[in-house]
Amino acid sequence: MKNLHLPLEDWTNSFVNGWLLPELGDFFNQLSDGIELIVDGVTDGLLIVPPFLLTFIVVVLSFWLAGKGVGLFSLAGCIYLGAVDLWPEAMQTVAIVIVATLLSVIIGVPLGIISAKNRFMNQLTRPVLDFMQTLPSFVYLIPAILLFGLGGVPAVISTFIFATPPAVRMTNLGIRQVPEDIVEASKAFGSTTWQMLFKVELPMSLQTIMAGVNQTIMLALSMAVIASMIGAPGLGSTVLSGISNVNVGLGLTGGLGIVVLAIIIDRLTQGIGDKL
Amino acid sequence: MSKINVQELTKIFGSSPKEGLNYLEQGETKDKILEKTGMTVGVNRTSFSVEAGEIFVIMGLSGSGKSTLIRLINRLIDPTDGNVLIDDEDITKMDKQTLTETRREKLGMVFQKFGLFPFRTVLANVAYGLEIQGVEKSKREEQARRAIEDVGLKGYENSYPDQLSGGMQQRVGLARALANDTDILLMDEAFSALDPLIRQEMQDELLDLQNKLNKTVLFITHDLDEALKLGDRIAIMKDGRIVQVGTAEQILEHPADEYVSNFVKDVDRSKVLTAAHVMKKPAVLAAYKDGPRVAVRKMEEAGVSSIFVVDKTKRLIGLLTIDDAIKAYKNDISMEEVLRTDYHSTRQDTPLHELIAYAAETKYPITVTEEGRLTGIISRVSILSGLVLGKEKEEVSAV
Ligand SMILES: Nc1ncnc2c1ncn2[C@@H]1O[C@H](COP(=O)(O)OP(=O)(O)OP(=O)(O)O)[C@@H](O)[C@H]1O
Ligand SMILES: [Mg+2]
Repeated sequence: MKNLHLPLEDWTNSFVNGWLLPELGDFFNQLSDGIELIVDGVTDGLLIVPPFLLTFIVVVLSFWLAGKGVGLFSLAGCIYLGAVDLWPEAMQTVAIVIVATLLSVIIGVPLGIISAKNRFMNQLTRPVLDFMQTLPSFVYLIPAILLFGLGGVPAVISTFIFATPPAVRMTNLGIRQVPEDIVEASKAFGSTTWQMLFKVELPMSLQTIMAGVNQTIMLALSMAVIASMIGAPGLGSTVLSGISNVNVGLGLTGGLGIVVLAIIIDRLTQGIGDKL
Repeated sequence: MSKINVQELTKIFGSSPKEGLNYLEQGETKDKILEKTGMTVGVNRTSFSVEAGEIFVIMGLSGSGKSTLIRLINRLIDPTDGNVLIDDEDITKMDKQTLTETRREKLGMVFQKFGLFPFRTVLANVAYGLEIQGVEKSKREEQARRAIEDVGLKGYENSYPDQLSGGMQQRVGLARALANDTDILLMDEAFSALDPLIRQEMQDELLDLQNKLNKTVLFITHDLDEALKLGDRIAIMKDGRIVQVGTAEQILEHPADEYVSNFVKDVDRSKVLTAAHVMKKPAVLAAYKDGPRVAVRKMEEAGVSSIFVVDKTKRLIGLLTIDDAIKAYKNDISMEEVLRTDYHSTRQDTPLHELIAYAAETKYPITVTEEGRLTGIISRVSILSGLVLGKEKEEVSAV
């Protein structure tokens, strides 16, 4: 076996260092700057709003979209985040989740639509998505560090890539599930391809797509926490410093904060999906 | 010029349809081709044409290719071979844009499973065809409202399809096709999903609308009763081919082969049913002594254009049309001179099937007499629906 040496490691490194970075380095730098600007903007935006006002908005939305129980939980959750002094960290995490999710939707939904329409694309995306979903999440961190260094930007990038598969899959599924007779009816009345997509197929599959987006958001949240390993600010880094300082209390406090965020975001987005 | 002209149309489902076409041309059957190549012959070199204003019914057993045929006509599926001319333009050769325009302007469709958009209101469903043509909102909604009214759904504009019964949903489907105001309506088993009573109601409605709007209708069904009731002409389909085309009478009287006679076998009721089963009391009668003037008034009141004239013992003397009556009255001619007798008279115990031929020929109802006295009249519709339903259900309002 020793004789059968496959120098994949060397190849990859020389590809990245010898071609990718010198050739596309500038592009990645600009991309990095752009994303940083957006993440910072969103974070600042969230932090500028007084916590009690944001709490109020979240609670009202929870009541309206998901019912009394979730509303009360949101209230308790927000109070908790404030009480343990983790509000800014929570907002940093939320900002990363928001930006990554937006990217996932912008890229993932069109990809899903194309996969639903095009056999070749479907055969291409399916194994790639399968592969992506079996890969351990921290593997996504490595190329992100390589290309974007440490901090919030690689966190957003790896989070976005990690969280995109469900958006693609569920959009694909949703469009395929539109009943044949409805597609036929729309065609028979003389719809163009675009009219069919926007007036029939997307409205018909909106609930399925929203279920995909909900999964995307939850994946993004879990990844945003893990991305603290490459320097992403937020609740993840609180937990991380709890671990590295063997401070169980800090770890638990941050961990609970993540759970609180996860539940609120999950119920809220599910509520939106059900309202459609 | 035919409205729809189908020429040697063929559709073969499978991996290499052209090869299947060769087999067909060598005279192989659908079953053989399936066995040899695994390909299914949907429609097999079929030709027919539908004239403007006609209701053309296609019937056949399940799998005989009816749906495939109707979908070839608006090219929801592409044919393997052959042509479909819509107003003399070949839809099989159109580019995408022309095809889209043709569908918008000429071809409405009503589906068996309704195919309504569940997230749109009734109004928005019906306006869909106009919406995608870019008709402005107020105008398209006005047109949609009119179509909704036409099918008797006024008041339900803002309901959603799942809030309506099956029959109402199909009315929405019909209104959606009507709103576009296309000359041609394609209806694939449009009423098959409805329960019998609603179904008859919808059939009557379609006939009514047809009277009003004079569309060209291609109607698919596997139900003989429906075919006889609706069809000006009926085509019987088997294994992708049309085996017979003709009027209801022609098909009942002279089935082309065993397949067709099996189809119309149910109608053997005609052998046991007699004139008495389907005859009606005439809506109005004129007495001979009344003279033309009273006869005209009676016709006007009843809204009919001709009337049977009897003497005081109810003995049938003749038929008076409104034109003749007015002529007689104005020119002071005696009624006797303008009375017609070129209607067919029969007896109560005459089997129905003997009357079919007369019903097809004459424009006046057949009279049923007993020792010269008028006991009832039979219209063409009565005979057909009598054959179908076993007893008369229509109302004869017009003579
Ligand atoms: N998409 C398809 N792929 C393969 N075969 C098909 C397809 N559509 C129809 N067929 C075959 O073509 C033949 C005709 O089918 P079609 O649906 O036109 O019959 P039909 O007369 O409408 O029957 P039904 O009364 O059940 O609706 C059948 O043998 C069917 O299996
Ligand atoms: Mg069918």
